[in-house]
Amino acid sequence: MKRSYRKGIIPSNIQIAPNIYEMKLATCDPGFGFKGKPGQFYMLRGWEAMDPFLARPISISDISNGVITFLYEVRGRGTHIFSKLKEGDVLELLGPLGAGFDLNVKGKVALISGGIGIAPLIYLMKRLGNNMDFYCGFRSVPYYTDRIEGKVNNIYITTEDGSVGHKGFVTELFIPEKYDTVITCGPTPMIKTVVEMCKEKNVPVYVSMENRMACGIGTCLGCAIETTSGMLRVCKEGPVFSGEEVIFDD
Amino acid sequence: MISTKVEICGVEFKNPVIVASGTFGFGREYAEYFPLSRLGGISSKGLTLNKRDGNKGIRIYEVASGIMNSIGLQNPGIDGFIENELPFMEKQGTVILANVGGNTLEEYIISVDKLNDTNIDIIELNISCPNVKKGGMAFGIRSKTAYEVVTEVRSACKKPLIVKLSPNAEDIVEMAESCTKAGADGLSLVNTFNGMAIDIYNRKPVFNNITAGLSGPCIKPIALRMVYEVSKAVDIPIIGLGGIMDYGDAIEFIMAGAHCIQVGTANFIKPDISIDIIEGIEEFMKDEGIKSLDEIRGVV
Repeated sequence: MKRSYRKGIIPSNIQIAPNIYEMKLATCDPGFGFKGKPGQFYMLRGWEAMDPFLARPISISDISNGVITFLYEVRGRGTHIFSKLKEGDVLELLGPLGAGFDLNVKGKVALISGGIGIAPLIYLMKRLGNNMDFYCGFRSVPYYTDRIEGKVNNIYITTEDGSVGHKGFVTELFIPEKYDTVITCGPTPMIKTVVEMCKEKNVPVYVSMENRMACGIGTCLGCAIETTSGMLRVCKEGPVFSGEEVIFDD
Repeated sequence: MISTKVEICGVEFKNPVIVASGTFGFGREYAEYFPLSRLGGISSKGLTLNKRDGNKGIRIYEVASGIMNSIGLQNPGIDGFIENELPFMEKQGTVILANVGGNTLEEYIISVDKLNDTNIDIIELNISCPNVKKGGMAFGIRSKTAYEVVTEVRSACKKPLIVKLSPNAEDIVEMAESCTKAGADGLSLVNTFNGMAIDIYNRKPVFNNITAGLSGPCIKPIALRMVYEVSKAVDIPIIGLGGIMDYGDAIEFIMAGAHCIQVGTANFIKPDISIDIIEGIEEFMKDEGIKSLDEIRGVV
């Protein structure tokens, strides 16, 4: 049997860039540590009453020594509440959920992130033994790039305002034919562009999608997206899909 | 000592807690969290004659103390259900309600006919889905239309027939009376309330269909009032639902006159919340010296 919501306690929850926080959670249940593959996520609830009503899906950024790390962006009420939590505060969490990334990819890999999409890719980078380049795009202030340096062959940083690295989007630097596998996570327009570029050069591409969801376990069907194999659930069959199978809205 | 058993329409439920259609799939995902045999019953995801992909655009939207949904009856179709989902459900040791929706009367009849020869226990006729363009809730607004649909389905249906009512009905009591006259063996109420949300930055409705179904604890007091009024007006068993989050809510619906209750949106908040509710009802009965739910049903 899987476990329903359980409690985690916060050793640290720090702001690392404007609106971006890194929260660590330790289990409140001795002998039962956190698990999860890169690409999987947890549903998190950092409040007692039913307001906000739904838990929030946040992908795993790291798990080590029984402590799980979530990198998150403050976007609405739920993540705003997360950002106010302090050391010693307790959250409820359900997971790991979703299917995660295939770790048996071959050859040279490009990891491409836009904004907070870096969160699952950092964890993936740690678990892949491949020869990798990391393309990470930000609006203005980069974060987590110090954790990439030395772990990949090349790191390409872009910012939309040009404050650090190349001014513009990561897709302006990315050359698909240099790679055997491409893996991307970020805003849907970026993912769509990466997929189109890879398709054109016949390079296999995997995408980690996000969507509004209620349950996180595959029953509300709120997060289902259109694919070449019909409607698939971001929380269950995903969040990782083959780029070829996702049908992007125009 | 205490017994949580409930019998409605000749079907015995080990406890009054049924999980509501559209919040529990066909049970597979929840079976990973607890044995489904603990449940009184499972109402299947709303089924239509043909497979449906559901609606595009935003499908789930959080509001104060609830959610709005516009899934649009994404389901594998009756044949897909019978072939791929029902065999799993049959093995779970709980009562199976097949929730049946449709766009036309003919679709309802064919669907019910296909289900007649299966091992499902009860048909829950959905005349109340707000998220399909035609049919669905349209049958559940006017008592006269509902009477015609239920009459036809009743004559085609060999299983106990429960009609799921929409709170958007013109007059919920008159609707309940019409369905009862048309031969329903029981009623379940309420489905979601038709609501709306607007994206103020894009200056357009959040949902492609403009309106969507509101559920969760925000609707409970209205749902409870409707169950109370309907239970005073009809003699057939009632399954009460609408925003039930804990055993206290469940007991309220039973005291308002419901035989069974359904747990819906709450399943999204905690996968095993229905077990908490079942255990809470048992504890309440022990604490209050209640041996059978018959003692408190409709007590107010």
